[in-house]
Amino acid sequence: MKYAGIDIGSRSIELVILKDGHIVHCAKTETTFAPLAQCERLMKGIEATKIVATGYGRELFTDSGNSDNVSAITEIQAYALGAGRVWPDARTVLDIGGQDTKVISLNSDGKVAKFEMNDRCAAGTGKFLEFMATALQVPIESFGGFALEADKRIHINSMCTVFAESEATSLMARGERPANIAMGLHQAIVDRTFSMLSRVDGKGPVLFAGGVAHNPCVRSLLEEKLQDTVMIPDNPDMVGALGAALYAERK
Amino acid sequence: MRPESMKYFDDFRNQNLLAVEHARKNGKKVVGTYCGYAPYELILAAGAVPVGLCGTSQSPIPAAEKILPRNLCPLIKSSFGFAITDTCPFFRLSNIVIAETTCDGKKKMFELLKEYRPMHVIHLPPGADRAGAQRSWLEEMNLFKKILEDTCEVTITSESLWETIRMMNRQRIAARSLHELNRLDPAPMTGIDMLKALLLLFFNADYEYGIDLAYQLIDEVKEIALKGMSPFPGGTPRVLLTGCPVSIGSEKVVTIIEKCGASVVAFEMCTGYRGFSLVEEDNGSDPMEAMAERYLNIPCPCMSPNPGRPDLIGDIIKEYSIDGIIDITWQACHTFAIEDAVLQQHNREHWGNLPFLHLETDYSTADIEQLTTRISAFIEIMRERREYVPNKQ
Repeated sequence: MKYAGIDIGSRSIELVILKDGHIVHCAKTETTFAPLAQCERLMKGIEATKIVATGYGRELFTDSGNSDNVSAITEIQAYALGAGRVWPDARTVLDIGGQDTKVISLNSDGKVAKFEMNDRCAAGTGKFLEFMATALQVPIESFGGFALEADKRIHINSMCTVFAESEATSLMARGERPANIAMGLHQAIVDRTFSMLSRVDGKGPVLFAGGVAHNPCVRSLLEEKLQDTVMIPDNPDMVGALGAALYAERK
Repeated sequence: MRPESMKYFDDFRNQNLLAVEHARKNGKKVVGTYCGYAPYELILAAGAVPVGLCGTSQSPIPAAEKILPRNLCPLIKSSFGFAITDTCPFFRLSNIVIAETTCDGKKKMFELLKEYRPMHVIHLPPGADRAGAQRSWLEEMNLFKKILEDTCEVTITSESLWETIRMMNRQRIAARSLHELNRLDPAPMTGIDMLKALLLLFFNADYEYGIDLAYQLIDEVKEIALKGMSPFPGGTPRVLLTGCPVSIGSEKVVTIIEKCGASVVAFEMCTGYRGFSLVEEDNGSDPMEAMAERYLNIPCPCMSPNPGRPDLIGDIIKEYSIDGIIDITWQACHTFAIEDAVLQQHNREHWGNLPFLHLETDYSTADIEQLTTRISAFIEIMRERREYVPNKQ
């Protein structure tokens, strides 16, 4: 019996297949403008007893299927379940994705106690970093490493993507080193994330998941701010899909 | 199943408009109102028709934003927009509009709005707990009485005021009795239907008709409940919705909550529990004083301090077996946004630390998906907790 979890996010779609409690298959693709077609591509040839969808596309996915073996859960529950599997000691889960930042505090039994999400604005999410990397002409994958080359800390005040971009532009016009600007932008994200963590009384240990967890600069600034290490799983973007697959298996 | 009598409520706005037009044709004065602080007893005792004005939909907001700042509560922008674009028929029909100095946004907006229609602004004291506040509020009520008497060319007597006080009390008892049907688990009425029915009761021009309809609906819902029927399956999480006024046109959060699998069983808002309190009926006392006291004690966050609101919520939680609290704040509404922290503290210390969600939104549909995710996740938490607590199964 195979159980599938699919996390349809704003930037990427992840798939995890569980068999007898073990991960037997993982896949990832871009969301594009046709998320359903991308899901079909990802699921091609896969037969699962139950499929659980999560992420922004979850309703789209369940509505398109005509079988009873498809259901949906929110990203909040999916990340909590996934975190319980990859690191059972975690008390707080931080997920910075393409258009959302979520912080989830967990009970001692791993259930969601409280959560915070950014509202409609994508300030301080992966989207913010992507915009800023483009403005500084650095590939998004190496943006964190680039920022770590900074030789001084400058403060970026704006959190809004549009305002921060004009602030970065004025700093460039004043001759500031791009790496220092990049560092300031990373610091802005981490400060905002830290205040969300405080709102859910986020206790350690903290599990850091979602695509932005790949960024070494966000990680190091976050650890500096928390004065604690954060745990990043091997595949931080797979935690939601894993949680969905675990939910499929449990039901 | 849905109660048959709800069909009267579905069309109430049109019926109400006809009733107001009819009253005006018959020479009655129409008094437009915006808020639960408008003393309907006095308006009715003057022989005038009180009517709630439009301010609960997104459509006129772009027009309002040509004048008002964008970062302002949608209720204020919508009310202003409807009035200046002449798209609220009730505003057009009003001989006079009554406004109150509840929050800074409203009172400054009314300064602009008074160019469009004769208006009287009632001044509220900043808090209810001082002798001076009670005195000044009674003075404001007497001033308003004088203005009504001049507008309607009548004298409001103690007898006529006691009569309308008794009628308004009967209306509030009817509204409360209807709301209390949802103490049953699962709730026999959806939150959306409850909201519609309460609106008719609060804003309908023909009060006796409204009260009759309410009792007709109550009887029907009781029958449905006796058959063990409900729009919700057993085990549906029960939500208390508190916060800024929600109405038809701005009901998106109620719709999302019920679509995602919870039921809104209680409304602690202006068209809900905040409006159910009664005027003490003691013929030996002065009706103006009795009426003034009732309004001054409305537990609205525009009052500082506002201890009545957590007290009221505490009672509702017990009476309605609440599983979780959703506190809704309209964008840029400071009084409600800040008071959320007071409620969260009460929740931790006195209400058993129930799942609690604070939402800030406006009338637009831009954040429906984000709201859906947050509300769904909140419902998941309530469900897990419900499965957990043995006496709730």
